[in-house]
Amino acid sequence: MALLEIENLTVTFDTASGPLRAVDGISLSIDKGEVLAIVGESGSGKSVSMLAVMGLLPWTATVKADRMTFEGRDILNLKPADRRRIIGKDIAMIFQEPMASLNPCFTVGFQIEEALKQHMGLDGAARRRRAIELFEAVGIPDPEDRLSHFPHQMSGGQCQRVMIAMAISCEPKLLIADEPTTALDVTIQKQILDLLMNLQAEQGMGMIMITHNMGVVAETADRVVVQYKGKKMEEADVLSLFERPQHAYTRALLSALPENATGDRLPTVSDFSLEDAPYQGARAQGAQT
Amino acid sequence: MSEIVLETRDIVRDYHIGGGLFGTGRTVHAVKGVSLKVEKGKTLAIVGESGCGKSTLACIITMIDAPTAGELFIDGEKVDIAARRLSPEMRRKVQIVFQNPYGSLNPRQKIGDVLMDPLVINSDTPAAERRDRAMAMLTKVGLLPEHFNRYPHMFSGGQRQRIAIARALMLNPRLLVLDEPVSALDLSVQAQVLNLLADLQDEFGLTYVFISHDLSVVRYIADDVLVMYYGEAVEYGPREAVFSDPQHSYTRTLFAATPRADVESIRKRLAKKAA
Repeated sequence: MALLEIENLTVTFDTASGPLRAVDGISLSIDKGEVLAIVGESGSGKSVSMLAVMGLLPWTATVKADRMTFEGRDILNLKPADRRRIIGKDIAMIFQEPMASLNPCFTVGFQIEEALKQHMGLDGAARRRRAIELFEAVGIPDPEDRLSHFPHQMSGGQCQRVMIAMAISCEPKLLIADEPTTALDVTIQKQILDLLMNLQAEQGMGMIMITHNMGVVAETADRVVVQYKGKKMEEADVLSLFERPQHAYTRALLSALPENATGDRLPTVSDFSLEDAPYQGARAQGAQT
Repeated sequence: MSEIVLETRDIVRDYHIGGGLFGTGRTVHAVKGVSLKVEKGKTLAIVGESGCGKSTLACIITMIDAPTAGELFIDGEKVDIAARRLSPEMRRKVQIVFQNPYGSLNPRQKIGDVLMDPLVINSDTPAAERRDRAMAMLTKVGLLPEHFNRYPHMFSGGQRQRIAIARALMLNPRLLVLDEPVSALDLSVQAQVLNLLADLQDEFGLTYVFISHDLSVVRYIADDVLVMYYGEAVEYGPREAVFSDPQHSYTRTLFAATPRADVESIRKRLAKKAA
């Protein structure tokens, strides 16, 4: 049985200028211990579809799906209280901006212990022990001392480590990483990716890696879903995607990589015909002309 | 021999952080003696991680900030903004494009005014001509004349970066400093902006100082590469030499950390994982 299964997911936002369809009929599934990458440009709906899984979308969003199950259990029409028991425990998420996702008013120790208190029911001393253990696991030096630091006292890479520690604190079965390294330097990016992949292998988590960086995909994923304007363009295992991309959009994305440049100029996505990928929400295109 | 547009000799920039009531002040050495030369029509890429001083160096080259020590030559002419005010001619020679196209345009200013402002400040071009030149520049960077009266929020990230490039080019500069111009953009938009930069370089014979932390972009666009680490230039040379035979250990770390998107390395990773 698949860990997470989504069939025909559609997310529509009510805006002042009419409904905007951000995700349009996405289906995907992920197994235990598998790393799935979702690739796409900004506005392709890759974050929105995962926020829909987490139930974190604002009230202006309408989420519809034929099926959305986690371990065989429906998570689309869940009562908020039941959802809170799953979200943050069995499904955890890491966000793009580590600085912005931590609360600046509380110490990182308090924030990580909050998750442990909520989901694991540990007492104070046990929580602290577990927090130190987690900080060691994600490679934060001097963990005992660091627990009493505030987010602004730490660097971006350290904050992202705190976020990862928080996400894995309750031993999730599925970890969703939404552009976990976009805000970081390449050397730090390498460390964070290595850390995530090690944790994933150790704990056998399923992992969904949302990114727009083809390099990150190549370094982490088992299977890849390519998304464009809310629709799924292509799904393939990582090797065949890079070796024999089937869809025109995937080929366009790959050839726009500067390292694949052959001529004097880079091919761009608009050089490829994308007629086979019509997009219903015409608002995004209308705004550009 | 070709012309040298930009030369710096042992540029140093220290920031003094004042002490409070009880603490003593300290000094941060942001740039520690960087020397470089760029020929006309060439691109120098400056690479390094955040906090290594590459943007500070960009500010000094753009003559926004004065160096603590060292000399800066633009077109062979020595510049010292700490000693005397810059002439409008010098100001015109170097322009900068910033990283974040969402933050570098005034949300309450129309695009036309954004483009005409440099002319108002630095030249005495009549209004009608200013308007014509702004219109011409809009088409040059791949926008349309009807964008003239629109506000920045009506544009996408890539279009805004085109506007920022157009603004920098309004004064016909000799040297364009690009401070991470594509790192906030999507892959396909990044390709468009890089192509635009290459087109403009051919057309106007522009010289670029291109600041980036993305090595694949640097490899594509640069003629020379300067690697900075903690304020020091640890590696400086032609692109091929730096990429094929990096000398400094930091450069090698940087190369090793860059994710590789070729089939061969994916195969290797999968084989390792299966084992």
